[in-house]
Parts: sequence; structure tokens; C-alpha cells
Amino acid sequence: MRYAYYPGCSLLESAQEFDVSVRAVMERLGVALEEIPDWTCCGASAAEPVSKLMNYALPARNLAIVEKEMGGIDVLAPCSACYLNLLKVNKEVIGNRGLHGEVNEVLSASDQRYSGNVKVLHLLDVLQNDVGAKLVKEKVTDGLKGMKVAPYYGCQILRPYVVFDDPGKPTSMEPVLKALGANVYEWDYGNRCCGASLMVGHRDVAIRSVAEILNGASDADAIVTVCPLCQMNLEAYQAQAVKAGGARVPVLYLSQLMGLAFGFGEDVMQLKKNLTMTAGVRDMINNKVWSQLRQTESGEELTVVEP
Amino acid sequence: MSGAIRQTWSPATDEYQSTLIELKDMVAACMQCGTCTASCPNGFAMDVTPRRMWRMIQFGMLDQILESRAFWYCSSCYMCTLRCPRGLKLTSAMGALKRLSLLDGNRIAKKNGAFYEAFMDDVESCGRAQELSLMNRFFLKRKDPALPLSFIPLGVKMLGKGKLHIPNRTQRGRLKAMFAKAREMEISS
Repeated sequence: MRYAYYPGCSLLESAQEFDVSVRAVMERLGVALEEIPDWTCCGASAAEPVSKLMNYALPARNLAIVEKEMGGIDVLAPCSACYLNLLKVNKEVIGNRGLHGEVNEVLSASDQRYSGNVKVLHLLDVLQNDVGAKLVKEKVTDGLKGMKVAPYYGCQILRPYVVFDDPGKPTSMEPVLKALGANVYEWDYGNRCCGASLMVGHRDVAIRSVAEILNGASDADAIVTVCPLCQMNLEAYQAQAVKAGGARVPVLYLSQLMGLAFGFGEDVMQLKKNLTMTAGVRDMINNKVWSQLRQTESGEELTVVEP
Repeated sequence: MSGAIRQTWSPATDEYQSTLIELKDMVAACMQCGTCTASCPNGFAMDVTPRRMWRMIQFGMLDQILESRAFWYCSSCYMCTLRCPRGLKLTSAMGALKRLSLLDGNRIAKKNGAFYEAFMDDVESCGRAQELSLMNRFFLKRKDPALPLSFIPLGVKMLGKGKLHIPNRTQRGRLKAMFAKAREMEISS
């Protein structure tokens, strides 16, 4: 299994632990990730409000590079917004001759063009359909022994394009979590919006969403995410969310949890970088004492950003 | 009010008109069922519900649309797009409304669009979004001294966790030519 890897900007910035853990876990699973040379930003959710053409041209530039220089192999994107933007080019631009022509005209400014021959996959799609839970289970050395994990999918890997999961009731993380030895925490908030970039401009609105999600996971030992923005919103604003009726819950990337179960140390999975991973929480994860995890969270131990 | 009156009133750039026509096209088939409003996680904060917004677009009520802050509360979760029984791309319509508003350049747009514009300025300059320089651009655009202060606790926490980085320069300027080309094409569209 070999993919063109599109880390995206966040994974080089505040979400480095996502990048490091994805690379380590995929290598252990025998998946080769080749970083797209010279890749640039996909525009996230900021391009559409500013420029219709750049909304498509920014992600298309990266697909053009894969098409021309990497033999058009499948792209793996771990970030939800990157995944959707790249996928959107294939869904909206390809097949629309007028728009396709315009996007290629923009790309021509950097001597590129995209024909539409590159498939875009999200990390979860690859884990579920290419790698498979069976292989994941084979690699587990340090099972999670009944840890209650709430799978949080977010929005943009599920909608608007229905590709690998049910957008109303997503389940693609469940086989992976079970393979790790964890119990899947049943909840209805796995596909709810975290507020995304509203956290910057309309924080009170986003906090309300985050509080509802955290409250929904109040009996879980941890929430796992597959998106750097979901992770940031659920993690960094817990103090404010608690005031709005949310619960304190440790949040980590699915790939970090997989890494721990594969026997990588917490230092390799960079748990220290997670905003909800205090020394106390890390100790308990290392020692697999989930029940005390929750008790400590309600105490003084877990300090999250104050408003 | 008739569309003709609105069109003479509008700033009437070509890009503005084409965005408006595109928008009308996108929601022309809306039958006012309200599934979008019921599905919206941020609808409670909107001054005009999504359902009403589509009707206002159909009627060409441009000044009411531009006075509204509703579309700035769209977080692009795509729930309305997924559920729309007419199959309308409503999240894209929210995006087009944001573009229309930014082209109009009113006070509401300047405030609410500052983050998106700062983000795109940063990408144009750096090639890849750099969180520190992006936030810096955002603060400068908003010109509100209290705003940076409200981010200090988060900044300190992130610094302590090693999550803040000096802007990376490897892709600097890589996208300049593409941005210039798109701008040229959009102005003459």
C-alpha cells in the first residue's frame, strides 16, 4: 500500500502530534506514505468566502503535482478540511467543462494543469477499507483493555459527499477501536459540528456546540478525533465549555491511541503536546487505569485554558 | 421589490453581479420546507433563518441580505446540504453569500470576513498557512485591541505545549502567480 501523503498546514503547526502519529502508525501497518513534493495550502474553509476560483485552484494544484510527478497514485489526507477540499475538485470541477477550464487557467500561472485522475482518500477510509481492522489487530501489542472511547468524526469527512461512511450515523472508527481492545462509547454526537472556525469570530456559538459534544461524552474515558480543528476546539476551550454545561474529557487523535496500542511510547506519540493530556492523565493512560481518569478530570489536575 | 431596482442600486461590479446570479441559481428550486433551518447547529444565533434567507435571495431582497449576519454563522458542517430534499448546495450558497458581502465591503463584512481574508492573505504570502502570522494578520484587520488580549491565555497554553512555531518560509511566494491570475479572471468575469 502506497499513498501520496498530503499532511496539510495544521499538521506542520499546532497538530504535529497528528502528523507524527499518523506516519508512525502507518509505517507499522506497512503503508508507505510519500509526501507530495512542494505541496501548498488547500484553502481550508477560508477560500470559499474569499474567491470561488482559488477555492478550487488551491487544492487542484496539489492534485496536479500528484498527477504529474507521482504517477497519479491515491492521495491520503489526515485532515478533514484538506480531504474535503481535495475531494471537492474531483466532484465539482471535473465534469464541469467551464469551471475545469477556468481552474486550469489559474493553474497555468504556475505551469500546472489537472485532468482529474487522482483519487483522494481520508485516513479513516484507508484504515477501514485498505488496511482493515484485522491487520490493525495483528499489530496491537499493548491493548487498551476496555477503555471507553467516544469516536468523534466531525463533519467534513462525512458530508456533503457520502464516500465511506454513513453521514447520519458514522461507524468507520468502530472496527479500529475494537481491534485496539477499546470499548466503543455509544453516543449521538460523533457527527455534530464542533463550530470549526466560528471559534475565532463567534466563540460563544462554537462553545455551545463544544459543550454539547463534551457533555455527550461525559462517561467516556476519552474522545478520539481525526481532524486538527475538531481536536483544537474540543481540547483548548474545555474550561469555557464546562461553564456552558460541558464535561471535561481527555481528547486525542485516533492515530495517537493506535500508536499507544501498538506499543509506541507516549513520547513517540507526543501526548505531551495535547492540551488535555496533563501529567496525571498521561500516567493513567500509561497504566491503563481508566476509571480514575474521570475522577481526576473533575478535580484540579486537568487545567485547561481559562477565558 | 423587483430585481431591476436592486441591480441599479448595487455596486454593480461584474464579479458582484455574477455572484448574485450564481446565488439565485443555487437556491431557485427551494420549496421552503425548512429542513435546512432545522438541521443547522448555529441557526439559533442567526438573525435570519437559512430558509428565509433562500426566499430573500429568490425575491432579490439584496439590502436585507447584506444587513444580515446570518451567513457569517455558517460553520460549513454541510448538514443542510446533506438533508436538502431538493439537493441544493446550500453550504456553497452560504459561501457565495459571504463572497457577495465581502465584495460589497460593508462594515459587517469587514468584521465577520476578517478571519477568512487574513487566512487567504497568509496563504498567498506564505504558500502554507502559518498560524502565528495568520492570527497576526487577523488582529491587524480587526483593529480591536481587546481581541488579541482575549487570545493570550490560549497563546500561553499553546506556547507551553510547544504548539507555536516561527513561520516557515519554504513555500513563501509559491502561490503568488496563481492568486494574481485568479484575481485578474474574477474581476473580468
